[in-house]
Amino acid sequence: MSHASFIRSATQTLIDHADELTALDQAIGDGDHGLNMKRGALAIQGKLPQLESKPLNDALKTMGMTCVSTIGGSSGPVFGTLLVTLAKELPPAPGPADLARALGSGIAALTRLGKAEVGQKTLLDVLDPVRRLLENRSVQPSGDLLASVRQCALDAAQATAQMEAIKGRASFLGERARGHVDPGSRSMALIIGAVCDSLRVTP
Amino acid sequence: MKKLINHVDDVLAESLDGFAAAHADIVSMGEGRLFVQRRGLRKGKVALISGGGSGHEPLHAGFVGHGMLDAACPGHVFTSPTPDQMLAAAEAVETGAGVLFIVKNYSGDLMNFQMAADLLDREHATVIVNDDVAVENSTYTSGRRGVAGTLIVEKIVGAAAERGDNLAVLHTLGETVNKATASMGVALTSCTVPAAGGPTFQLGEDEMEMGVGIHGEPGRRRVKLTSADEIAVELTGAILKELAPKRGQEVILLVNGFGGTPSLELYLMVHAARKVLAAAGINVVRHLTGPYVTSLEMAGCSITVTAADSAMLALWDAPVHTAALRWGM
Repeated sequence: MSHASFIRSATQTLIDHADELTALDQAIGDGDHGLNMKRGALAIQGKLPQLESKPLNDALKTMGMTCVSTIGGSSGPVFGTLLVTLAKELPPAPGPADLARALGSGIAALTRLGKAEVGQKTLLDVLDPVRRLLENRSVQPSGDLLASVRQCALDAAQATAQMEAIKGRASFLGERARGHVDPGSRSMALIIGAVCDSLRVTP
Repeated sequence: MKKLINHVDDVLAESLDGFAAAHADIVSMGEGRLFVQRRGLRKGKVALISGGGSGHEPLHAGFVGHGMLDAACPGHVFTSPTPDQMLAAAEAVETGAGVLFIVKNYSGDLMNFQMAADLLDREHATVIVNDDVAVENSTYTSGRRGVAGTLIVEKIVGAAAERGDNLAVLHTLGETVNKATASMGVALTSCTVPAAGGPTFQLGEDEMEMGVGIHGEPGRRRVKLTSADEIAVELTGAILKELAPKRGQEVILLVNGFGGTPSLELYLMVHAARKVLAAAGINVVRHLTGPYVTSLEMAGCSITVTAADSAMLALWDAPVHTAALRWGM
């Protein structure tokens, strides 16, 4: 499998959904999330030829560093740290159990960085259910794993609407943030969904 | 959206180039526009570096110069700068006495400055400014925002750095000034991030956002517009509750415009805030009034009060020469 296809599809979905992500952020943040993610996605797309020729881990690391140096805000360090951690933890041809383990390390790294925990209306609330699903399915394989992961991520992002924000800018709104989907979680779900879709087309 | 721009993508770069050209006697632009730095660095002086999202001008680049910052790192509009910016700035302006980072308390700013600090192989410390009393504080939350009080921290600590105080002393002083400073703001309109193209939130003709930050983000409560005196009572009252100053306490009063409110109204708010402070027996001994920590073209203002002792007042009065603040030289 060429990782170029899922990199292209994950970055493209962020570019296509930039307005939606910005609108979500305008409701509970400062209204720039879509723009920032789009800037990072475009920077990664600009490096596609170089990323394609690298092994998966090196490509993930370059993508992570690109996020850190182009996105800014909290999304830069957060998505950057996640990608750099995955680059460190994943074997060259990862399976579901490897992914679950690496996501566990990613969640731990993000907890240290942002001092946030699961249940606080951040993208950890998407990563953690996906990690648990991958962990369970690697033990008891059943059904269409890609479809389940995709749905799990999208549902988990939607569920952040019911949470109160404790970290990040939405926390300044307190209860007023309730009822709105967390923009970072929506981005995370879009990325995971796009990766699943692209793995399905090019197994 | 109606703005004086060419292309949305070029807003920051073109504005920074104009700023550097207009103030070429005070500042120069770092390579790749990663930071703005002071001309005439002083060897052996602790380097003060701040930064944050753009859209708050003149904060921070307008405070680079003698007696304040050595470098400022501008992020995109309302987006914190990236670690490579702070790292490049530190390497350019550190002259052997270490680096003090002054950071406003936002998750993004903290993470990016932290990543830069982790990579920096020179002595450094960080002061986190969190003066906004509109936000409830708790160990479990992101805590209070850093808003207009950042200017006061940068001015007082900058003066102490200029006279040669060391890194540890400046770090303690920064935390002391931060603790002695409280702010709260009100917005009458939202603002439009150039790249977003439309206002961040909508306010009715007769509404205001109480406890607003400096990013056009909604505040704590949306309420009916009231009189300037009533607004001053609420803002100043919350500040006094936090600082709990003794009667006779000397303070610096900063009435800060958010970008869309004229001096006519800001001075009216000074008058209103002074009445509240006088009633509480507080003695305003220094003033600063104007748009210093803005939120693009948002209408509204914030009130900041710093309970200052004579040492802090002397540092406030010390000479400063930056694009936005200049006195004593």
